[in-house]
Amino acid sequence: MAAALPPKKQSWSWRSQAFRGIVYQVLALSVIAFAVWFLASNTMHNMKVRGIKSGFDFLTSTAGFDIGESLFKFDSSEHYWRAFLVGLVNTLRVAVIGIICTTVIGTLVGVGRLSRNALVRALCGAYVEWFRNIPILLQLLVWYLLFTEVLPAANEAWRLGNFFLSKGGLNFPSPIWAAGHKLTLAGLVAGGFAAWGWRRWATHQFLQTGQLRSMFWVPSALMFLGTLMGWAIGGAPTEMDVPIKGQFAIENGGALTPEFLAVLIGLTMYTAAFVAEVVRAGIQSVSRGQSEAAQALGLSPGQEMRLVMLPQALRVIIPPLTNQYLNLTKNSSLAVAIGYPDVVSIANTALNQTGRAVECIAIVMLVYLTTSLATSALMNWYNSRAAIKER
Amino acid sequence: MKAALKASLVITSALAAIAAAPAQAGKTLDAIKARGQVVCGVNTGLAGFSQADSNGKWSGLDVDVCRAIAAATLGDAEKVKYVPLNAQQRFTALQSGEVDILSRNTTFTLTRDGSLGLHSTGVTYYDGQGFMVPVKSGMKNAKQLKNQTVCVQSGTTTEKNLTDYSKANNLGIKPVVFEKVEAATGAYFAGRCVAYTTDASGLASVRNKEAKNPAEHVILPELISKEPLGPMVRRGDDEWFAIAKWVIHGLLEAEEYGVTAANVDQMKSSADPVVQRILGVSEDTGKHLGLDKEWMARAVKATGNYGEIFERNVGPKSALGLPRGVNNQWNKGGLMYAYPVR
Repeated sequence: MAAALPPKKQSWSWRSQAFRGIVYQVLALSVIAFAVWFLASNTMHNMKVRGIKSGFDFLTSTAGFDIGESLFKFDSSEHYWRAFLVGLVNTLRVAVIGIICTTVIGTLVGVGRLSRNALVRALCGAYVEWFRNIPILLQLLVWYLLFTEVLPAANEAWRLGNFFLSKGGLNFPSPIWAAGHKLTLAGLVAGGFAAWGWRRWATHQFLQTGQLRSMFWVPSALMFLGTLMGWAIGGAPTEMDVPIKGQFAIENGGALTPEFLAVLIGLTMYTAAFVAEVVRAGIQSVSRGQSEAAQALGLSPGQEMRLVMLPQALRVIIPPLTNQYLNLTKNSSLAVAIGYPDVVSIANTALNQTGRAVECIAIVMLVYLTTSLATSALMNWYNSRAAIKER
Repeated sequence: MKAALKASLVITSALAAIAAAPAQAGKTLDAIKARGQVVCGVNTGLAGFSQADSNGKWSGLDVDVCRAIAAATLGDAEKVKYVPLNAQQRFTALQSGEVDILSRNTTFTLTRDGSLGLHSTGVTYYDGQGFMVPVKSGMKNAKQLKNQTVCVQSGTTTEKNLTDYSKANNLGIKPVVFEKVEAATGAYFAGRCVAYTTDASGLASVRNKEAKNPAEHVILPELISKEPLGPMVRRGDDEWFAIAKWVIHGLLEAEEYGVTAANVDQMKSSADPVVQRILGVSEDTGKHLGLDKEWMARAVKATGNYGEIFERNVGPKSALGLPRGVNNQWNKGGLMYAYPVR
């Protein structure tokens, strides 16, 4: 064993850079802590002096207001926290569906901007310039105006089969839940497993023998077959809740309100323009030699994009794409302008009925912060997977 | 380095100094006099109650209350700064001291008095919530709204009344809630909702001022709530509360005893002791409020008595054409009952 090193001399001298560093950091921290404490205590003090009640106890009192649309049943006699939950779910519904649609449209448009076809290129370019240069609030209002002004009243709804489109939104037949549907879902899951197994086997075969097998059509067919079999075993439930024209509105069936549709379409179209630019930049960041090499190997344009360009482009695409996802989620708070009951709208109502302004705003902040951090975490994980594996 | 230390010391002591002085506003009346203006929170636009014309001049019943208070306190009804507020901003604006008084068709409720740190002063309009539907819907009463969508503005008592009514009558009404009143009425006129709901006075205002053809819309007969509307002030300044309250009662009493904007000067020589007191001829009632004795005379001269304010802004001959109804004087079958100004 080596001889023990002489103990490091602790220097508490002002001349020590380490010591000064600690002092400055402690000072900076205490100033921040003091500022936070001061703001909080001053607010509490002033609210108390003016007789304004505060605290989160209101969350467990009866809400007393109805919410126009909710994914689960909500009744006005339930508590405020349930109302907030409805708002949160409505926000997440727009955010999740919006993110999926945005990714699809954005990728298509982004790839389209690099198309060899001049018309496709120009159209995609026009789309991007048009949608990203108009403020999102304005776009939401225009979409909503389109839905409420242009579409016919419910009793003159446009009809396509059992689908109705009117000022009341989109009404569609929805399956009536039966026991057989559980088996259908089970079939879908089983089909999914089979598809996954097939792909693993096909990859293995390819590596062993060099023989290419279907990586898309066979797995898709497997999933479809599984679902179909589950449905058939479950007694093939076909009963649908079909919308019918009432006197003033379309009744029964599933429905998407014009508020939801306007928010979803508005956010998707707006954000997709940015995503398209991110995708285009990502693809262009891959050096031209890669594309030429892929062509020299005889890959089709589709294979070239899917197997060579996109995997490399993803590394550039994912971080800014995360930003766009976060923007979409946060922009969904503008939904309140067109009457969509998202978490901000619910908080507004709660705020007015209880007067707990600070608390309600804090809840809204917490919701967006949590959602954004969760989205970031997920995307960072994906990013680390897509990153270059250094071996 | 020493400079940095010094700087942080200065910052800390500055913060400590701010902390030592709690942000408690001074007396509202003193602040108003020093400022030379009453800051009045009003509706962003509700015909008959508060509305700005193309020159930015505000008018309406709620606006006239502020004008009367400015005339009583500052001697000039024009010395008012109007702050248009939406339903959500209004209480925060009053609590934080951004406005001195909130005269914005606001309903008095226990929760608002008890937990928002506010005081209800006096009722300037007795209202009730109703529904407006297009004539072509053929609806005759609110019970027919079963399972229908109703447009409503958020942050109002209206939302809760609607739910209560829907529940009590098992109607399952679906509210579509908008942040701004313009968005709510716009969606109704576009046909998004079968009905629009707010206070009956608000319905009349929207119907007569915003509908392309008022005859195409009908207000259903049911009133589903009681809505006593009037100005609110912050808690913690009893003197200012008393001024707001007594200007309202003064306007009512002036009507009861026949003092109008036109005859206020002649009435000063009236033999009626009540009139003499209102106008500060015999007794100085103003000194109890921290005002001079002419306070009410100036207010009536500027805006007219309550009856005149009502007729001018919302009454049968105005564009809104609302009947006097329960807003008439107590001795004429209404609910308006002035506390004696003495």
